[in-house]
Amino acid sequence: MNTKDQLCNDGTSWLYSETVKDHFFHPRNILLDEKNYEADGVGVVGSPACGDMMAVWIKVADTGRISECVWRTFGCASAIASTSMMSLMATEDGGMTLPRAKRMTPEAIIERLGGLPDRKYHCSVLGHLALREAIKDYEENHGART
Amino acid sequence: MSTIAESDKTVYLDYAAATPIDPEVLQTMLPYWDKKYGNASSMHESGRRAKGAIDAARAAVAEVLHCEPQEIIFTGSGTESDNAALIGVARAARAHGNHVIISAVEHKAVLESAAQLTKEGFEVSVLPVDTRGVVDVNECLKLVTDKTVLVSVMYANNEIGTIEPIKELSAVLQKRRAGGMFPLLHTDACQAAGFLPLNVAELGVDLMTLNGSKIYGPRGVGVLYRKKGVPLLPLIVGGEQESHLRAGTESVPLIVGFAAALKKAERLRSAESSRLTALRDFFIDRLLKKIPNAMLNGHPTERLPNNIHISVPYIEGESILLMLDRHRVEASTGSACSAYDLQPSHVLLALGQTAEIAHGSIRFTLGRNTTKEELEYVLSVFPSIVERLTRLSALTATI
Repeated sequence: MNTKDQLCNDGTSWLYSETVKDHFFHPRNILLDEKNYEADGVGVVGSPACGDMMAVWIKVADTGRISECVWRTFGCASAIASTSMMSLMATEDGGMTLPRAKRMTPEAIIERLGGLPDRKYHCSVLGHLALREAIKDYEENHGART
Repeated sequence: MSTIAESDKTVYLDYAAATPIDPEVLQTMLPYWDKKYGNASSMHESGRRAKGAIDAARAAVAEVLHCEPQEIIFTGSGTESDNAALIGVARAARAHGNHVIISAVEHKAVLESAAQLTKEGFEVSVLPVDTRGVVDVNECLKLVTDKTVLVSVMYANNEIGTIEPIKELSAVLQKRRAGGMFPLLHTDACQAAGFLPLNVAELGVDLMTLNGSKIYGPRGVGVLYRKKGVPLLPLIVGGEQESHLRAGTESVPLIVGFAAALKKAERLRSAESSRLTALRDFFIDRLLKKIPNAMLNGHPTERLPNNIHISVPYIEGESILLMLDRHRVEASTGSACSAYDLQPSHVLLALGQTAEIAHGSIRFTLGRNTTKEELEYVLSVFPSIVERLTRLSALTATI
């Protein structure tokens, strides 16, 4: 590499962390065939006009823990990555209990993502709200089961 | 499999954002950084040489614009030229009136200059555009009052590439002036340079903005054409440079580079416009066939030869851009998510698009190094990106 190249070898670092990049390019737990998916609860938040909208479907095990958390997102890279990370957090280590899942915070998602640019903080991290809506939907429709 | 797919070559399709400097232009500039470093205001030989270089550059720019050299003001950027044309001219013409008209699709440099004028007590009217981004000349005339000092409509739009009817506009304004000077007409021609004729007499403009970074010239230099007699108060004071209209020691290398770049852009204009128009239409045709729900924004024919701007429903522009980037294709988006203010493009909203659709916009702008092979490569990767993001989108889900 000559000096000129060394001088120019800058600015190629990403706006997003490696983890965000990974979850954007390799999103976990996407639901493609929602028509044939029997969810215990569904939550939708955001709006197309605002540029971010996400849908979350969950299955709840007899243990009362989230056994599956799948999703679809319309939005930018951080919206996609944060929903993906949320789905991972909700289902890892045997799945979150519903009370814990309801208390999942955007800060926790962002921390696991290795941070987000400030301006992306409020608009694009809605996954925890979609999860909360899905749990609410589950509790309203499957209350008898719990 | 194209050779681009197998290589690590970047396909740069963001020439409306920045052009690489032309190697000949760069060579022209180099001596003025070190060997010929004099200050054009100095009386000694080095100073006279610097002044001579600036004079020659001014004359070269004037030749392209078909105007007098004294009518060319070198500035620090297209943004500065727009600021001067709006704020500097309106302030100077305040005795005549306090009304300014701008189009709804102007660059931020004009929009925010107009906002500044509002704070200073001016009234600003916004001239709407149709769904293709074209202003209505007669609507403009309806907005003109006896207090209107300036109308500012860009020559070609930086986002969607729509070419505005500047000649027609100048003709109706000329009638309205009834022998007087007002309203003056300013056009931001930053994106038009290199593609459209810049003859200010034929266009009938009083003020015109150009900059170096869109014409394969250096950044940090712009031009404001100001017709003789047009009132202008300087925004930058502190020296007699540029006829007291723009103070500050002249950057001789940038000015020399700007002139060389403009001359070359003008020389290549006809051939490049034809070449890129053919490539543009090939790309649009193929893209719309491959992605049937994509929409072309802007005007189908009255558009810059290098501009392709589309919206894809259900998916978001920043995501498209980053997926393209992963395939080493560099483009641009009007989506809110990539903007610092998180607002969708005012240009797309002015066309009557919903915010939802504006979020899914992507702009490819072609340039001198663009080849058909590059576009074929983009056409080979783009549909799968769209398909992937569409399948992932909450907007396509049945809930």
